[in-house]
Amino acid sequence: MTAGRPGRPASVARRLGRASIIVASILFLCLFLVVPLASVFVEAFRQGAHAFVESIDQPEAMAAIRLTLLVAAITVPLNVVFGIAAAWAMTRFQFRGKALLGALIDLPLSVSPVVTGLLYVLMFGAQGWFGPWLAAHGIKIIFAVPGLVLATIFITLPFVARELIPLMQSQGSEEEEVARVLGASGLQTFFRVTLPNIRWALLYGVLLCNARAMGEFGAVSVVSGHIRGLTTTMPLEVEMRYNEYNYVGAFAIASLLALLALLTLAVKSALEWRYQAAENH
Amino acid sequence: MRRRVLPGFGLSLGFAVTYLGLIVLLPLAALAWKASDVGFAGILKLLASPRTLAALKLSFGGALLAAGINVVVGLMVTWALVRYRFPGRRILDALIDLPFALPTAVAGIALTAIYAPNGWFGRWLVPLGIQVAYTPLGVLLAMVFVGFPFVVRTLQPVLQSLEQDVEDAAESLGATGLQTFLRVVLPTLVPTLLTGFALALARAVGEYGSVIFIAGNIPLRSEIAPLLIVQRLDEFDYATAAALGVVMLAFSLVLLVLVSALQRWTRRWAEQSA
Repeated sequence: MTAGRPGRPASVARRLGRASIIVASILFLCLFLVVPLASVFVEAFRQGAHAFVESIDQPEAMAAIRLTLLVAAITVPLNVVFGIAAAWAMTRFQFRGKALLGALIDLPLSVSPVVTGLLYVLMFGAQGWFGPWLAAHGIKIIFAVPGLVLATIFITLPFVARELIPLMQSQGSEEEEVARVLGASGLQTFFRVTLPNIRWALLYGVLLCNARAMGEFGAVSVVSGHIRGLTTTMPLEVEMRYNEYNYVGAFAIASLLALLALLTLAVKSALEWRYQAAENH
Repeated sequence: MRRRVLPGFGLSLGFAVTYLGLIVLLPLAALAWKASDVGFAGILKLLASPRTLAALKLSFGGALLAAGINVVVGLMVTWALVRYRFPGRRILDALIDLPFALPTAVAGIALTAIYAPNGWFGRWLVPLGIQVAYTPLGVLLAMVFVGFPFVVRTLQPVLQSLEQDVEDAAESLGATGLQTFLRVVLPTLVPTLLTGFALALARAVGEYGSVIFIAGNIPLRSEIAPLLIVQRLDEFDYATAAALGVVMLAFSLVLLVLVSALQRWTRRWAEQSA
């Protein structure tokens, strides 16, 4: 508080209060966040690097990694296009129902992942809405890859849009209007004016969307059916190995996901610091 | 006339609405369809087993308590990060988002490994009579973990923009640091703290991945409501799963409305004081 400010000497009580708040906060964050993170890597290497490599260099693990990358590769671009379209409509035009649209974009954030999975099972499952029709046509969505993709799209739908909407709102549309008046086409305006203005927020949104898409567990767990090598993403493979008491194997895959989380945090912080530095100039 | 100058209104809105309709609204309609099949009385009947009631009580009670703990601890941590300078502050600040970024299944097995009776903390806590893993306390711990960033990240920008003149004035009039905090700072933070509370609550109620490993999932004791949905689906009992889903979804929607009302309140508050 004012303790560090010039002009008034800090009292002993104040300095004591300050020190105890700092120490308690550091202690809490270390015990509560750092220790669980560290434990993932320690457990993964409990039986040495050889066991670690061996438990990843296996067909099911490789299939899980490939499937996770595939799901993210479909989900992220779709949600980027949606995020840009939604942000463009919501920040560049006035229309009725805008608040409702905003609320619907936020909705997936407050729905339980398990309920998300349930929604898709009720729609496409054997006794679901489209179940009989899908079965008659030999199309599998639940307990198959399309179900995993759909559930992941639902879960990660808000991430890009939520980064873009406030930024594009505060930037306003003057620059784009000027470009149009000077004769730029709609696409030129978007690629030369809008996109450069939103690129960092877009990258930030993609990062969060990707991290969640690769790490999602609850929703995909409901629609996956846990068919090894076919419908198990990395988080599901972690669960299956853990339930088989293959702890080193579970933590080995988990450590890859934890690395992804750390990388996401690092890039996110770098972007934030860059953004703050740009703002202060 | 802005609409005439910039193109793409029909295309962007049309795409966004269609996408939302297919991905979000249609599945919600499927749940509504299933629930109306069962009927309101039917839903209550399906939920009336002791095991289901115990799970709902644990999910909602645990999430409320976890959100409360997060508000208190989150306020302290945010205060330290915003108002004080100390070594490692930026790293810790970046780590706040770890529960967002870390996949829930990874968090779940990590917490279990630490608090299991032979784990890093468990081996010290269990002899003291504190059993965390495979008890409701473990459920609470996982719920605090996943909700923690919501309070800090909601509070941080507000605390950063808070003018310190008022605090200086209070202190020059003779208030102690604690009095200034309780009477001057805390009241202005109330709407923000409530928003953080509601967000952490919404996350904790529906949380699955980080809870099920440490919970041990003992019926009537440490089973959460989302797990029951999964179990009913495994048995192809869609009706009961849908009934549980409706209850959880209704709660989420109420919280969502509450959060947006709180955010409007916070904005008005900020505008008035500006």
